[in-house]
Amino acid sequence: MTTRIGVVTFPGTLDDRDSLRAVRLAGAEPVSLWHRDKDLHQVDAVVLAGGFSYGDYLRAGAISRFSPVMETIIEQAKAGMPVLGICNGFQILTEAHLLPGAMLRNNHLHFICREQKLRVENAETAWTGDYTAGQEISVPLKNMDGRYVADEHVLDELEAEGRVAFRYAVDGEAADGYGNPNGSLRDIAGITNAAGNVVGLMPHPEHAVEPLIGTGRTDGLPFFTSVLKKLVSA
Amino acid sequence: MARVVVDVMLKPEILDPQGQAVQRALPRLGFEGIADVRQGKRFELEVEGPVDQAALDRIHKMAETFLANTVIEDFTVKVEA
Repeated sequence: MTTRIGVVTFPGTLDDRDSLRAVRLAGAEPVSLWHRDKDLHQVDAVVLAGGFSYGDYLRAGAISRFSPVMETIIEQAKAGMPVLGICNGFQILTEAHLLPGAMLRNNHLHFICREQKLRVENAETAWTGDYTAGQEISVPLKNMDGRYVADEHVLDELEAEGRVAFRYAVDGEAADGYGNPNGSLRDIAGITNAAGNVVGLMPHPEHAVEPLIGTGRTDGLPFFTSVLKKLVSA
Repeated sequence: MARVVVDVMLKPEILDPQGQAVQRALPRLGFEGIADVRQGKRFELEVEGPVDQAALDRIHKMAETFLANTVIEDFTVKVEA
């Protein structure tokens, strides 16, 4: 049986096509999910793609979080289904309280769009098994509200439990994609829940899956192959 | 109809770069003497029916679950005369 991975489209989602494509390139069957449809159509995992759902009105992700499809996703995520939130999807996951903390306007107030170096901190989540801890990867970053914040005690807890999944790599030149691009606390680019099935990050692995496109790197593909392996071996 | 106002502000410990940008622009425009600016959101709710305790409780719940993200924001609920 093929593994089915769903990608949700909200009004204002931009990266659903690229996410579906990444799923297909990884060898799974991509399934489009619609925000008003509670039914997940027997998918084994879900990707919440990037974009500006509901125009970022109120707060990024705040309105999408209450959509019919999210009711089922929240329920299934709590039951262990792998869920990946990319950019706006990460914002939706924090608004839904599936992941702690919140995302705020970049500290420099500019939209940022660049190639970003990341360090993989946790290679044991459902979405990072094909990486090795400490590995450096390069994927596109493009957002306005990317500054990760949380209480000090939440940050300490995330660090202590190894739940910082990705950090912005800061030991290098900005021109080469290094540095904290938005003022995120402790250089956090992505986190996981305690169970490791829910992962959110601001940069875009789904844009780095084909050698012919962009910078020619496929550093984002392991997200999708990792979850596929995890599901097949489960 | 009665109006209830919900004010939402970033918590004091959260950096507000928008407020800072406004504050930095003020002297350039000739407005001196403002030490700090923080920017928030104001929601004006036109309430159907009486604004009794039950209605205020509902609005409080609404602010807590939706209008504000209490991870980063505080809110106040006021009935306008």
